[in-house]
Amino acid sequence: MKLVIAYLSGLIFGVGLIVSGMTNPKKVIGFLDLFGHWDPSLMLVIGAAIPITFIAFRWLENKQATVLNEPIHLPGKKHIDFPLIGGSVLFGVGWALAGYCPGPAIVSLGLGNGDVVYFVIAMVAGMKLVEFLTKT
Amino acid sequence: MTIDWIAFTPGSAIIGGVLIGLAASLLALFNGRIAGISGIVSQLLHWKSAPKDHLPWRVLFLIGLVSSGWIYQLFFKLPVITTSISITTLMIAGLLVGVGTRLGSGCTSGHGVCGLGRLSTRSLIATMSFMTAGFVATYLFLHSGLI
Repeated sequence: MKLVIAYLSGLIFGVGLIVSGMTNPKKVIGFLDLFGHWDPSLMLVIGAAIPITFIAFRWLENKQATVLNEPIHLPGKKHIDFPLIGGSVLFGVGWALAGYCPGPAIVSLGLGNGDVVYFVIAMVAGMKLVEFLTKT
Repeated sequence: MTIDWIAFTPGSAIIGGVLIGLAASLLALFNGRIAGISGIVSQLLHWKSAPKDHLPWRVLFLIGLVSSGWIYQLFFKLPVITTSISITTLMIAGLLVGVGTRLGSGCTSGHGVCGLGRLSTRSLIATMSFMTAGFVATYLFLHSGLI
């Protein structure tokens, strides 16, 4: 059951990314071009998604268990530190450079947008690099 | 700033956003997990040492993402996507996104869609940071003449 939900969640998430235009780097860069010719569409994507997750997480945090009465696994970190901000800034620059964030990049692999595979390989290498550097 | 009304697609943006919100809520309500794509991908790198139940739901979620285009085109016409980004640029961008999302513990999905929905201060700071960086970087890339 949980595995079926995990698959459906990934599938619906991906369809949402395709419908919203987030798998189109041009659309994403149009949104990030705030100081130029700005396309506000993606503001509505996140604006439409958040009220729904807000309700789901309120329900979860009140109940402190899932619908199936199992434990929840939510991040517990609270403090604001340099890696959070510095890392997010690096992510923002990379996002602006190609117009891909992780979700749309993975969906685009399945869409057969050939070159995106280079982005995904480099992304995984970057993740691995951080794990390697922070372990030592 | 001028608004690009021709490119503006409020209807599909809202429908897409609702689907993304529903997908993240499903995973939260049934699996008690955050639908954060960068986190899900990076956790798979620990496949050797991870507890047995850590892998299957992540793998299936990612299969869902990868197969979404194929399922979508069974019913609708896929949007035409044209990009002219060089492979070098794609790799630099991918590296920045990989390093940045790991240091910052999340991306647009984990911090943006889920974290803001949980009213997490960390996610609010992260989202403001990557949005601002994205706006400023785009200005520098497209309009400054510097890069």
